[in-house]
Amino acid sequence: MKKLPKILCTAAAAGALAFAALPLSACAQKNDELILRVSSWEEYIDLGDWDDEELIGIDNPYDPEAGGIIGVNSMVDDFTKWFNDSDFGFTVKVEYSTFGTNEDLYNRLNLGDKYDLVCPSDYMLMQLINEQKVEKFSEDFHDTSVDTNYFARYVSPYIDGVFDQFGWKDYAACYMWGTTGIIYNPEFASADDVSSWNILTNGDYARQVTIKDNVRDSYFPALGILNAEELLSEEITSERRSELLNDTGDEAIAAAQEILKEIKENVYSFETDSGKADMITGKVVANYQWSGDGVFIMDEAEADENNPTELWYSVPDECTNLWFDGWVMLKDGIEGNERKKIAAEAFVNFVSRPDNAIRNMYYIGYTSAIAGDMVFDYLDWNYGATFDPDDESFDSELEDIYAYDLSYFFGDGYSLYIDANQVEIDAELLNSTVVKLGEEYGNDKHYSVYENAGSISRGRQVFAQYPPQSVIDRSVIMLDFGDRLADINQMWINVRCLDVKDFNPAVVWSVVAIIFAGAVAIILYKFRYQVFYRHKK
Amino acid sequence: MKLKLRFSRSQLCLPYAVFLILFVIAPLLVIVYYAFTNGQGRFTFDNFANFFANSNTIGTLLYSLLLSLTTTVICLIIAYPTAYILARSGFKKQYVLLMLFILPMWINFTLRITALKEVLTVLEGNISLHPFLNSVIGMTYDFLPFMILPLYTSFLKLDKNLMEAASDLGANKFIVFLRVTLPLSVPGIVSGITMVLLPSMTNYVVLDMLYNSTYIMGSLIGSYFSAYDWHNGSMISLVLLIIIFIVTLVTNRFSDKDSDSRRTIL
Repeated sequence: MKKLPKILCTAAAAGALAFAALPLSACAQKNDELILRVSSWEEYIDLGDWDDEELIGIDNPYDPEAGGIIGVNSMVDDFTKWFNDSDFGFTVKVEYSTFGTNEDLYNRLNLGDKYDLVCPSDYMLMQLINEQKVEKFSEDFHDTSVDTNYFARYVSPYIDGVFDQFGWKDYAACYMWGTTGIIYNPEFASADDVSSWNILTNGDYARQVTIKDNVRDSYFPALGILNAEELLSEEITSERRSELLNDTGDEAIAAAQEILKEIKENVYSFETDSGKADMITGKVVANYQWSGDGVFIMDEAEADENNPTELWYSVPDECTNLWFDGWVMLKDGIEGNERKKIAAEAFVNFVSRPDNAIRNMYYIGYTSAIAGDMVFDYLDWNYGATFDPDDESFDSELEDIYAYDLSYFFGDGYSLYIDANQVEIDAELLNSTVVKLGEEYGNDKHYSVYENAGSISRGRQVFAQYPPQSVIDRSVIMLDFGDRLADINQMWINVRCLDVKDFNPAVVWSVVAIIFAGAVAIILYKFRYQVFYRHKK
Repeated sequence: MKLKLRFSRSQLCLPYAVFLILFVIAPLLVIVYYAFTNGQGRFTFDNFANFFANSNTIGTLLYSLLLSLTTTVICLIIAYPTAYILARSGFKKQYVLLMLFILPMWINFTLRITALKEVLTVLEGNISLHPFLNSVIGMTYDFLPFMILPLYTSFLKLDKNLMEAASDLGANKFIVFLRVTLPLSVPGIVSGITMVLLPSMTNYVVLDMLYNSTYIMGSLIGSYFSAYDWHNGSMISLVLLIIIFIVTLVTNRFSDKDSDSRRTIL
């Protein structure tokens, strides 16, 4: 009987020792392990765990054994392993967190949260750069002769040019980019109607279209509607277009307010995330979207087992909001620590490695800033028309081929041969050459290959992911509102709130009457003995 | 060895006092600080003036009131007879019935509203055509238990003998209800109203989820906060707090002193 407590004591002591040892060993590790705090958008990086059949079947020189590209572990884990196995002289541990909106991130930074590497959108990274919160990338980072500088080596010349033009290049490394447009169901929405932003105020689509619930994504189409005439004229220059859509003058704000009030009355909802589901389930016929989410919606709607739907993406003729999300290092987080800088730059380079860029693109649907042959191969694998005679679609499905010009993004000579049904093209405007591609493969199948598009404004996934030059030409980057932010926010509040003057006076008076009646009832109840029961007392 | 655990009353209060100071009083002070300062951190009454000078804020207040009053009235109409029947039914049945009303409260309300959205879509087709109606339905769905429970408790405590006595003395059923049942259930009504009226003025998640694009007080505060305008947002919160305080004070003052209504309100 006496032995039992002793055993208990030993067990307890052992337990206590183990407990004490745990934090100790953690401490010991910490000495040469660097913590890298990364914050990015929700669902914006590959989390791994793909099914085997999801293997992307293109050559992968970075992992020859895999036989292609596949996300087994999460990108962050793969980075940690890659970094710690490489010869950096120290090890790293990534603390990865997410944010919901740019403003959310900005608020957190102002409340004292510290991150080393974050991925905000164009206007927010502009604001952070202006506030001198951003640490410049090192010169080595831009050195293309170093093998592992994947970002510098593979970033698209187009993206590089834009970042250079706006003076962001030294501070930011583009991660994903895209346009804004309208996802629509061609069964219920006509191509003419979705090719203009005024579908948002179009009474024919009353309560059938959704728009984003944030001021920037609402202000942009409102300005598009406001300036439609000038934007659609032949002689407009890109400078003028940018000026019109970055107009934050009092007049523009006031006019946009009226349009947004009209939009509010006409749309199904201002949505933060529910728009995707509503579009896929067919509750709405059109949906203002960012191109990457558009790809996701098209994929999901097509894969819906009960009701597969073919949705399309349209970029209105007036303009589109070209946006970029880029990695920036924050001074507050880095605090001049060279090792942190090295680790942060290595992280950017790792996610920019072509195979990883492809993994992220596949996983989230957005378009990576990374170009290069491997990414092009992936595009071809994904969307390209089949020229493989062994493939069953070689003879049967393919009739027309469209040469989709992507030279602005990938460099001269990069055209993707896609099934012409993937984009809406006006055949009369095009030069079409009939070529006997089949002969090479031992049959005499003839294909029409269309080239030189006048302009393509609508298409499916490939169009949403990589817009053609004609869309780029009418795109505008919406800059930071600067000191006009407060006025534009007030405009947004004016749109969303009811004005006292909007109320029917009868309603106002009945509310007042109800409150008054309530007060009287309470008073009567309190003094009920004096008022009602007096004669009985 | 004998372990003696004895705490005085004030010591037992300690955990709650810590909680109160950290999560109730401190944030409240922060709100007051922001409400009366401007961007430069200087003392100002501008935010207060903004509240009343801005026709949007007043319009939103009115809209919120309209929404919450409608919700409260509908909740009361549904809950009053329900609670009465619940309290008067046989013991076994009563327990099951009560469970049925309390059960939805165990499920997260965003889940319930998502389900409601689908139901409403089936019933109405395009739910965005009736934003106000949908919001009222959503709020009622959400807050009904909070109206039923206080009423139910006050009916449970109601002494049957009083009603029997009234009948014996010649009052018909209507008079019995008007003179005995209704006055005795007033504490329940009052606390039910406070529990529904005030939260439904700010519960904007229901509106967001049911696609009502018009702001109520809660969403207005949120929109100021997300635009980094802590000052105007805090002032609106403060004014709302004051309204809540006045309502609570009034309902406390004018309900029976001897009843336990105060306990149910606060």
